[in-house]
Amino acid sequence: MKIVVCVKYVPDASADQKFESDLTVDRAAVPGLLSELDEYAVEQSLQIKEKSENPDDVEVVALSIGPAEAADAVRKALQMGADSGILVSDDSIAGSDALATSKVLAAAVQKVGDADLVVCGMASTDGGMSVVPAMLAERLDLPQVTLGSVVEFQGDQFRIKRDGDVATEIIGATAPLVLSVTDQSGEARYPSFKGIMAAKKKPLDTWSLGDVGVDAGEVGLSAAWTSVESADARPPRTQGEIVTDEGGSGANALVEFLASKKFI
Amino acid sequence: MSEVLVLVDHADGAVKKPTLELLAIAKRLGEPSAVFIGGADKADAVADAVKGYGAEKVYVVDDAEIKGFLVAPKAEVLQQIAAQASPAAILISSNAEGKEIAGRLAVKLESGLITDAVDVQAGPETTQSVFAGSYTVKAKVTQGTPVITVKPNAATPEEGAGAGAVEQFSATISESAKKAQIVASQPRESSGRPELTEAAIVVSGGRGTGGDFAPIENLADALGGAVGASRAAVDSGWLPHTYQVGQTGKVVSPQLYIAAGISGAIQHRAGMQTSKTIVAVNKDEEAPIFELVDFGVVGDLHTVLPAATEQVTARKG
Repeated sequence: MKIVVCVKYVPDASADQKFESDLTVDRAAVPGLLSELDEYAVEQSLQIKEKSENPDDVEVVALSIGPAEAADAVRKALQMGADSGILVSDDSIAGSDALATSKVLAAAVQKVGDADLVVCGMASTDGGMSVVPAMLAERLDLPQVTLGSVVEFQGDQFRIKRDGDVATEIIGATAPLVLSVTDQSGEARYPSFKGIMAAKKKPLDTWSLGDVGVDAGEVGLSAAWTSVESADARPPRTQGEIVTDEGGSGANALVEFLASKKFI
Repeated sequence: MSEVLVLVDHADGAVKKPTLELLAIAKRLGEPSAVFIGGADKADAVADAVKGYGAEKVYVVDDAEIKGFLVAPKAEVLQQIAAQASPAAILISSNAEGKEIAGRLAVKLESGLITDAVDVQAGPETTQSVFAGSYTVKAKVTQGTPVITVKPNAATPEEGAGAGAVEQFSATISESAKKAQIVASQPRESSGRPELTEAAIVVSGGRGTGGDFAPIENLADALGGAVGASRAAVDSGWLPHTYQVGQTGKVVSPQLYIAAGISGAIQHRAGMQTSKTIVAVNKDEEAPIFELVDFGVVGDLHTVLPAATEQVTARKG
């Protein structure tokens, strides 16, 4: 079995994020790292490997698209336990929208070949559109089994539990398929010292756009099918009145405030 | 004027409020056409409902063959209706399912996609709130038929009868769209409260509740609001994940957001920062949530909330 797990290198969400003059995200201003939500995807990929009948026959390939520094995200996945890594990196990719990103990812998955599972996180922690798994499934013509909080499988039969708004559902499909998992699927492991040392010897290939057979004109900011007209910092909220509760005064003041705003 | 397709979000034929909001937006862009994919026996009721909010046309697609096969068949249906109608835009509710349908549809139509719009005006020009609500972005689709997912509360539903002409549409669904399916479903027990992302008022509790959500629930009920929770409260097992407000939970933008016993970590702020009015109750006067509030009470939620609930109930009489 071959599992391709997609990992994104994102700006650290705890830092202040900014836009560049061309209205793309300023990725140089903020230190980057493996998206926290993709760590869950790596974890589930490794668990599937470990729970399968012959773990040695299961290969977990970590795949990323991004600038040269995005190799850090792939390396983190290798340290966690992925067997090999691929970074698709090309100057022309910068500024790509989700449609172009999914096109490059799909082309890379096809070049890896014979993937039984393509595993993704539930969203990136920067763009946060949550559409790439569905787009990948569409492009690869695979069933999509997304937003799983529990993943179970027997042979090539996969089932996930999804905690929806109106129901908890069990969703099933036969591999090959696209799987995405939520942050409820189980804590991601920390790389062990042994894992960090082993990762140094694992293959990490860098592919260009040409390597995956995508034309440079189909990706990047100029080929994006949406254009950002403006990006403005939201004016900071101004702090309103703060009262300290003493013997019921807090509740009185709160109710007066709600009434003054016509919420009661 | 061109048609603007609105995918009807419904629970077994009961049309959800965000769909009515989408119809109001569709009127700004062209002629609203509702697309109902569901049970044939519910079609009349749905057509009546959307007609009352301006739908000029209602495409009815019987889902007998595709029920339970999730999003792939719905994207095929929309693609086929779009091929016939050449709409000016396609509007879909910005929830998990809506975004997946939109993603697949955008690939099929080779069209630009914008998700999580908080406003859409003629053009169509969209407004989005990004980076945990710290930036406002205006954007346009430049290729193909704009596919736009819109968040709840982005517009006010507008009553006003449309022609509501019903067209039965029979879609051709591929076999490969029917490969992933729901094999079991356990409906969530209804709390009787409004849906978290759609509610006008949300009362959320965090670590400061100590696991006792009764004060939160009682105030929410007195105000007619929904109940939410911080990640800390969900991780402690006090409420299920569906209640979580924050980056990896629900992003809400109600008229009034009350945070009780929530410190206001970035992960939580990302989910509520764009609320119109924010109120916090917290014992710790240093809690970062107070930086955001329109009104704050430094005090114990276990005494402040019940006292406030009593007064709210009395005033509503």
